[in-house]
Formats: sequence, structure tokens, C-alpha cells
Amino acid sequence: MKNEKHDAEKSNPQKLKSEKSAAGRKRSVSGRWVAQMGLYVAVALICSYIETLIPIQFGVPGIKLGLANLVVLLVLYTMNAKDAFLVSVLRILLAGFMFGNPFSILYSLSGGFLSFLVMWLLKRSGKLHCISVSVAGGISHNVGQLLLASVVVENYHIFYYIPVLILAGLLTGLVIGIVSQEIILRLENRTNVC
Amino acid sequence: MKQVVKRIGKNDMIFIGVLLMVGIAVLFAFSLHREKGSGWVIVTCDGEEYGRYCLKEDQTVEITDAKGQVTNVLVIAEGKADMAEADCPDKLCVHQKAIAYAGENLVCLPNRVVVTVEAEQENGLDGFAQ
Repeated sequence: MKNEKHDAEKSNPQKLKSEKSAAGRKRSVSGRWVAQMGLYVAVALICSYIETLIPIQFGVPGIKLGLANLVVLLVLYTMNAKDAFLVSVLRILLAGFMFGNPFSILYSLSGGFLSFLVMWLLKRSGKLHCISVSVAGGISHNVGQLLLASVVVENYHIFYYIPVLILAGLLTGLVIGIVSQEIILRLENRTNVC
Repeated sequence: MKQVVKRIGKNDMIFIGVLLMVGIAVLFAFSLHREKGSGWVIVTCDGEEYGRYCLKEDQTVEITDAKGQVTNVLVIAEGKADMAEADCPDKLCVHQKAIAYAGENLVCLPNRVVVTVEAEQENGLDGFAQ
């Protein structure tokens, strides 16, 4: 965990230079950054809330659309890895306290950490588009949750559901990836104009 | 002004294709491996066996925790096991579908209860012994 953050911070300065709009100001204290982060966390929370409204149960626990990952992807692409990580963790904690319970926080965190790590590494490789990053994120989120669940219940029979979870993660990741790709393209155009 | 941006490349196609293949392969492997159920479900709490119940008998099993409080209610009817009640906040196990095939399971994470349909080979002898 700490390594992750540390590395993210290391990669920050380069990105800052390329961000001309934030010229002259330290990003960590800029009002622009606070506003952006607040906005993104709020949108992520709304996504989580919308997901709780979807009444469909798939019979296998853990399958959901992962709308909030859309926001994490947006931040990962338009801001940087450290901010994306922050949004992800804040979103999980806040949504967990508001709409969930301690267990949902625990499972979301395990899925969130793994999927963030995978998405960040894949994005850093620079060889793949947003859509692949999202698909990998969707799958690793489900796998992360299942791993933690198997440790908690000390029963490895629950891996029975791993094929379904992999395919579900792929499908939802694909949908989220396509949508966030479109949003990222439009956001980038907008910020360049500003 | 309008420029065509590449949204998906060859690498992505390959990457997603491979993941899809892996997913399908695992699914296929698991379905090939699917054994006939022994007709018994095993309930485990905290990783330890709590009890075994026959799927052929309609019954209601109250699963209690260490303090003797009922945490989950398992209902077996028509050869399927279903979690009818749980005192946990998320109720994920209650929402899960009823299980009947070997390997299928119901998981209640907060109470650390897992109900699994036993595979036939695992228990050939036990089945007769009981």
C-alpha cells in the first residue's frame, strides 16, 4: 500500500508539468484541485447510490455494474494516480458508511485496492486504451473481493463462482470502459480549451 | 476541429480477447469438473464444519453462533437449499439463489457461514454410514 502511494507521488511532477492550466501553483494546495476532487468524490458517491437503487440480484453475490469505477477511471486519466486512489478510497468509505455496512466496506476496499493497482499498472504500461484498463479493473475487483471473502470465511468452495465473476467483471468493465473513454475524450477537449 | 481519436487498438483487442478466452476456459473447466451432488449440504462456520444435512429431506435448519443465537435459517425443500433468513446487515446470502448442484454454495460473510453442496466422490462412504 505505502509503496503504491509513494510511487504515485513520484510520477506526479512529470504530469504536473504537462498540465499547463495549473501552472505556477502547487497542485496539492490549489483550490482547483480541492474543487475537482470534491466534484469527483461527489459524482462517485452518486454512482454508488444509483447502484444501490438497482434491484436486480444475479444470484451470485458481488456482481454489479461498478459505476463508481467510471469516476476512478476519469480521475486516473485526467488527473493522476494518487488522486484516483484517493477518490476510490474516499468513495468506498463514504458510500460504505452511508449505504452499506462494515462488511461492504471491507469487501469494496479489497476489490478497490486490487483493481486500482491493476488499472494503474496497465495504464502506466501505455500500451492499452482505457477500455482494456477498465475491463482489467472490473475483473480484478471481483477477484479481489472473492479472495478476501475466501479468507474471511475460511472456505475455498466459494471459488466455484470465479468463472461467473470473471466474465461478469469483463462485461461490466467493457461497458464502463466504453462510457469512460467517451467522457475522457470530451473532458480532455474541455480542459484544453480552458 | 473534429479529429478522429483512436478508441481501441490492436493491443486492446488482443488483451480483451485473451481475458475472454481465459474466462470461458475457466467456466468450461469448472463445468466439465462439475460432479454430481451427493445429496448432502455441508454447513461451515468459521471454516469449521457445523453440520451436514440431506437435500432429500425437507427441513429447516437454524444455524446458531457460539453464543447460541440463531444467525441464519437454512431451508431445504424440493432438493434445494436456500437461505431464508439472516441477521446480517447485507442479506446477500438470502438474495442468493437456492443451491442443488455439487460445489454451489451460499455464503454469509458477516456470520462467516458457508453452505456447500457436497460432491459425490468426497463422501461416498459417509453417505452410506449415515
